[in-house]
Amino acid sequence: MSTDHSPLWEVFVRARRGLSHTHVGSLHAPDAELALRNARDLYTRRQEGVSIWVVPASAITASSPDEKDAFFDPAADKVYRHPTFYEVPDGVAHL
Amino acid sequence: MYGNDFAPPEDGPGGGLLGEVEAAEAALREAAARARRGGPAPDEDFAAYFADVIDADQKIEPRDWMPEAYRKTLIRQIAQHAHSEIIGMQPEGNWISRAPSLKRKAILLAKVQDEAGHGLYLYAAAETLGVSRDELVELLIEGRQKYSSIFNYPTLTWADVGAIGWLVDGAAIVNQVPLCRCSYGPYARAMIRVCKEESFHQRQGYEILHTLAHGTPEQKAMAQDAVDRWWYPSLAMFGPPDGDSTHSAQSMAWKIKRFSNDELRQRFVDMCVQQAEILGLTIPDPDLRWNEQRQSYDYTQPDYDELMRVIKGDGPCNRQRMEHRRRAHAEGAWVREAAAAYAAKRNSKEKVAA
Repeated sequence: MSTDHSPLWEVFVRARRGLSHTHVGSLHAPDAELALRNARDLYTRRQEGVSIWVVPASAITASSPDEKDAFFDPAADKVYRHPTFYEVPDGVAHL
Repeated sequence: MYGNDFAPPEDGPGGGLLGEVEAAEAALREAAARARRGGPAPDEDFAAYFADVIDADQKIEPRDWMPEAYRKTLIRQIAQHAHSEIIGMQPEGNWISRAPSLKRKAILLAKVQDEAGHGLYLYAAAETLGVSRDELVELLIEGRQKYSSIFNYPTLTWADVGAIGWLVDGAAIVNQVPLCRCSYGPYARAMIRVCKEESFHQRQGYEILHTLAHGTPEQKAMAQDAVDRWWYPSLAMFGPPDGDSTHSAQSMAWKIKRFSNDELRQRFVDMCVQQAEILGLTIPDPDLRWNEQRQSYDYTQPDYDELMRVIKGDGPCNRQRMEHRRRAHAEGAWVREAAAAYAAKRNSKEKVAA
């Protein structure tokens, strides 16, 4: 059977309540239901999670590292977005 | 050489090899947080950027440019590693139905399931390099890619399950802990996961041997016999001596490999001596002795001609292992086909409904 019938899924696991889902790896499965079951058996054998998301890898659009500089350029010259940019006069509290 | 690679065991967070894995994981996070300053941009000079990332001890990620030989080396190494995990289920699987108690059986089942999981983490890591898992499985089944020669030895008694855990998994961990710092991100991350789970394997094997070695004289003899048979094949797992190792120098330069075969083999021997003493079992090497000058043990090398013979297909169980894998793959075909047909049917129904 070829990979076409068992596509690649990316797996995200929420380790505990209060944490966000984090990418843990990938796996092959014919459909979403089996992807979830396989993800449980593969990535949470030791209680590593309380919730799993599976996403077809083909549904993910990625920015390539090759485009890194140009793609993220707009953020590079806007240092005023960080609080450290501003000078705070001496003696000001709660700011 | 890589002075920071290994914290002394007592300094590691968890102590011992597990501590080293945790240290590698911490180093991975640190390297990620440490911005690369200056140096070539990723879209200017590809080769210079690649060299700079490796130099700065940062990770190469799947969509980065990489030399073709780096990609090929990694695919070969990760695939061989994945195949080893999959074939490695067989020698131990041999004892699941005959484990001496329900507890031992449940533990062994969990362990063999872990090996399957390790194989899958590694196939997934290899797939990020642009090869499909199906292709790799084909290569294994056609005998065009190898797996570790250690799994071509038979498990004759229950004590062999213990010896595999202690010696074979022990050697694998010594080999694999440095891979947690490999320059290729997905491989390093998979290895961190694998190593954390392997340490349970090594301890369960040690516990089996410890129980047998402190049981009846027959049980102790069985444990000793297993250690006698598995010691040298375990030493051979580190590969040929440095002088004869074909891939080592380039892999070291790329930081795929961090230590030479002989360095790792020595580290393994030095670890095992004290562990064998506590077991009350003898390492089958009359020339094993402490060398004050080197601060390491002198030991007898394994038979590398035997290693080469087993790698070339002439070990005690090569044919059996491959036949079993081919049969399991063929007999599972209907399950894969049924699951795919069900998924296709549901897809078409959803389309009609929509």
